[in-house]
Amino acid sequence: MTLFIPCFVDLMFPQAGISMVKILEKLGHKVDCPESIACCGQPAFNSGYWDEARTVAETVLDQLRSAEVVVIASGSCGAMLKVFYRELFTGTANETAAKELATKCYEFSDFLVTKLGVTDLGAKFPAKVTFHDGCHGLRELGNKRPARELLSHVRGLELVEMQDAEVCCGFGGTFATKFPMISTAMAEVKCASAFDTGAEYIVSNDSSCLMQIQGLLSRRHSNVKTIHLAEILSGE
Amino acid sequence: MTAFSQTFRRQARRVAADLRHRSIIQTALGKYEQVRDKTKSSFQDWQSARQGASETKWEAINHLDRYLDEFTTKLAARGTKIHWASNGRQAREIILGIVREKKARSIVKSKAMTAEEIHLNEALEEAGLQVVESDLGEFIVQLRKEAPYHIVFPAMHLTRGEISEVFRRELGSEPTQNPEDLTMIARRVLRKKYITADVGLTGANFAIAETGMISITENEGNARLTAALPKTMITLVGIEKVLPRLEDLALFLPMLATAGTGQPLTCYNSLYGGPRQPGDTDGPDEYHVVLLDNHRTELLADAEQRDALHCIRCGACLNVCPIFRNVGGHTYGTTYSGPIGSVITPHLRGLQDWKHLSSASSLCGACTEACPVKIDLHHHLLHNRRNAATQRPSFLEKLLFRCYAAIVNRPHLYSAVKTIARFAQTLHPIVKSTRLDPAFGWTSTRELPPIAKVTFKEFWKRRQRR
Repeated sequence: MTLFIPCFVDLMFPQAGISMVKILEKLGHKVDCPESIACCGQPAFNSGYWDEARTVAETVLDQLRSAEVVVIASGSCGAMLKVFYRELFTGTANETAAKELATKCYEFSDFLVTKLGVTDLGAKFPAKVTFHDGCHGLRELGNKRPARELLSHVRGLELVEMQDAEVCCGFGGTFATKFPMISTAMAEVKCASAFDTGAEYIVSNDSSCLMQIQGLLSRRHSNVKTIHLAEILSGE
Repeated sequence: MTAFSQTFRRQARRVAADLRHRSIIQTALGKYEQVRDKTKSSFQDWQSARQGASETKWEAINHLDRYLDEFTTKLAARGTKIHWASNGRQAREIILGIVREKKARSIVKSKAMTAEEIHLNEALEEAGLQVVESDLGEFIVQLRKEAPYHIVFPAMHLTRGEISEVFRRELGSEPTQNPEDLTMIARRVLRKKYITADVGLTGANFAIAETGMISITENEGNARLTAALPKTMITLVGIEKVLPRLEDLALFLPMLATAGTGQPLTCYNSLYGGPRQPGDTDGPDEYHVVLLDNHRTELLADAEQRDALHCIRCGACLNVCPIFRNVGGHTYGTTYSGPIGSVITPHLRGLQDWKHLSSASSLCGACTEACPVKIDLHHHLLHNRRNAATQRPSFLEKLLFRCYAAIVNRPHLYSAVKTIARFAQTLHPIVKSTRLDPAFGWTSTRELPPIAKVTFKEFWKRRQRR
């Protein structure tokens, strides 16, 4: 199986990716990680520059053509590969390739629970946590259950749902830097909702959301921390 | 950057940081989702209802010519005068023409976003007419000389104290915090207006082709009085409001109420099929229906975004939108705010002037999930972004994304850029969070995580070597 590591996981959150490798290998899979893939093309796609996005996406399509199954380390990039590539390549020579790729793509937590039927990884994480649903994973891919299913089997972990679990954290890619005032207000609302639960950690299966949330928490010197789901699951 | 975009940014920056505003809107909308979800559960299957409603609107919009013809023919057969307006100017002239012919001096009006769209009140007032909004929320914002804040809740941004204050100032009433007392103050003023008004002006929620009728849904009974008392009635309706059959209301009325306010049905639902007929006890002597295009046919021609014409103006997408909740309705500077406004305003008023609204979104998709007629709202924001960049690409952005594509497609270049970025990072503290900071858009309010000591790719490479 092929692991798709997005640019921001590679550069800033390698631990999330390394944890996934650990988990997948522990489950007996041979993990492959193509060196020529660096990004899914979403920054250009979301900004409206679809030609430039397509040149990046073509590399991804080529590299993943022979993959049996693709596990993606982010709901957002997962949505790009699984949902938006189909639209991006409609009417081009790669239309079929994009459709084929979509059928073999899974976001990490969805892959474990839905495809493999694994919910208990024997992990231990004695802490009170709350879970943030990344919008792309939740609404484009329809993943709500898998992450919670996995967390429910972690020893010592107490999951307290926040009221606004499904409300966007305000990241939104280039939106976060183009409209920082709106993006930050959204992060404040998100964090306030998480604080109400009394959780020590805000967990998510999307590092991009965690970058936004942790960015605000660090600026405000908060004691609450963020952590990727995979890092919890790989803990023994 | 256009003037509209600059104003939006300035307003958004101010309102998003206004904690009092945030708290008012959170309180106003806080219970909405709970109440709506409870009402939704009384549908046998909400998702099937959405699918059904979407298909019905699809049918209506994709055969708009046929249904509009049926609607107007049947409505005219009972003596209603039909007027077609290609744009706002024509609609205003038609309505002014009717009003002048009737030698009217005062007009009572029920809620109509189409009237806001064509700035009808301003035109009527300029012509020396008195126009009174009869919907309570609209009445309040009219007294404050403000535009509606929200397409369904025009005065949701105001506290009781602020409403009391505007009533005291404009109507000379005693200050009160009691909602019933506030309503009674407005009611006493409005009742007199219904009786003395020469013309009643309404909007429409649906136009039923099968029977040639206008459907109006409301909670205060003000639209009924607006329609029943004045001798002349005018309805201004967007051409996209057509529904094929009367029985479609059995789905659309509860859906509109549920998605809009969380009510199973609004308090009053009325159908208007023409002027007073022989034997009728009430109703206007004359009934005029003005059908407004105003760029709707251009949206109709866009197969990709045509479903935006399905909109029943319930406001659900505004209610759940985290952008709307943080920047507020007035910041948009448009008649239709929130996600639906960001989607259609570029079509109604020009893509280049209003493309910033499509960019001001995290594309979270809460709007699309909430839409009762399944408009693909957040994807249309992406389509607007693509159309804007294709039509007039920004030189700098184009260059940036070309460089980006070149870098991520070439592992060696990507690796070199990583090295440069690591070096730049050591110098970052000098300019961090200042205007000289290239990452100011991020670091003005948040910390930026550093590039890892060992990135994933480096970890992977080392591992492969072993």
